[in-house]
Amino acid sequence: MMTSLFTRARRAGILVGGSALLLLTACQSQPDTTAVDRLPYLGEREVVPRADGGPADTLYATIPSFTLTNQDSATITNDTFKNKVYVADFFFATCPSICPKMQSEMLRVYEKFKDDPRVLFLSHTIDPAHDSVAVLRDYAQRLGIQNASRWHFATASHDTIFSLARAYYVPAQKDSTVEGGFAHSGAFTLVDSKRRVRGLYDGMNPDEVARLIEDLPVLLKEEAENASQAKL
Amino acid sequence: MRWRAADLLRLGGFLAAGILAAGCFTDRQNAGARLYAQHCAHCHGDEGQGLKRLIPPLAGADYVAENRNFLACLVRRGVNGPMVVNGITFNQIMPGHEDLTDSEITNLLNFVQSSWGNKGKPFTIREVSEKLQGCAGSDGQ
Repeated sequence: MMTSLFTRARRAGILVGGSALLLLTACQSQPDTTAVDRLPYLGEREVVPRADGGPADTLYATIPSFTLTNQDSATITNDTFKNKVYVADFFFATCPSICPKMQSEMLRVYEKFKDDPRVLFLSHTIDPAHDSVAVLRDYAQRLGIQNASRWHFATASHDTIFSLARAYYVPAQKDSTVEGGFAHSGAFTLVDSKRRVRGLYDGMNPDEVARLIEDLPVLLKEEAENASQAKL
Repeated sequence: MRWRAADLLRLGGFLAAGILAAGCFTDRQNAGARLYAQHCAHCHGDEGQGLKRLIPPLAGADYVAENRNFLACLVRRGVNGPMVVNGITFNQIMPGHEDLTDSEITNLLNFVQSSWGNKGKPFTIREVSEKLQGCAGSDGQ
């Protein structure tokens, strides 16, 4: 009995030890997110052979051209974000479920980078029928954003917004069964100066938002390196 | 040697029972907190702090202290339009909660009444049911 207890205990010990080892190796094989020096490119990529026979170019998926109107009634396009990186999300002013939480998390990112003019913010309304420019301005100001110099609250036609949402990898659709009438994810999308998506974060999860706050300087460093190389 | 193993088992049993029992009590005590986290915290914040001038706070809110009779119906039916809280005019839509029972609304209100420095008098389920009759919102549970 005793020996069998011991044997069992030892077996159990080996098992525990073994699984701990497995866990450890599992941890080590995880990508070390704190030490990345380059953010990934999200979405489809295309390898295009060069006419001169040089090394092929890799083309990454990009945010399509857009024309939107912001809370100051100004027209904004991709050029508004030229030589900048930006964080985009989708919300609506009367959203009773996730929007206040995600916009308060976005506000946290904004507060961190509000003194860095290289970082902009873009919140699209998915309820353009209700969220007029005046409604967006009121919403922004209530959030403490006095003007659109750094954080745009933007509207466009329903179709434009929903096809843009797909480009930013944010699921959004009309759904009369949910509170507020729209189902959408609270994702934040990080876009680089060449319109490429470099990160997706769950805006409802403070840990994911913390990752965005860590990733932004990594992207800014890359942008600065590219800019100085372009000058050479 | 064998009695030691048996003792360990017994001790383990006690511990497990203790943890289970504590789990039961904790659960009950925290019913209001859980309901708050599930139904309210996304807008009003984890600490009842609200969000700037967009969502009114519940922590230290004069509105909560001064509108005791209206709170149950406010949770049940929601509210729409301008509302002044601590001197600031808010104007948002708060959805109603038809999915909560009277006793859940009681737990929720008592959590708000006793959290983040709030010191409101606790509600009884009977009192909440009575108030909810004012907006035809009592489910008698």
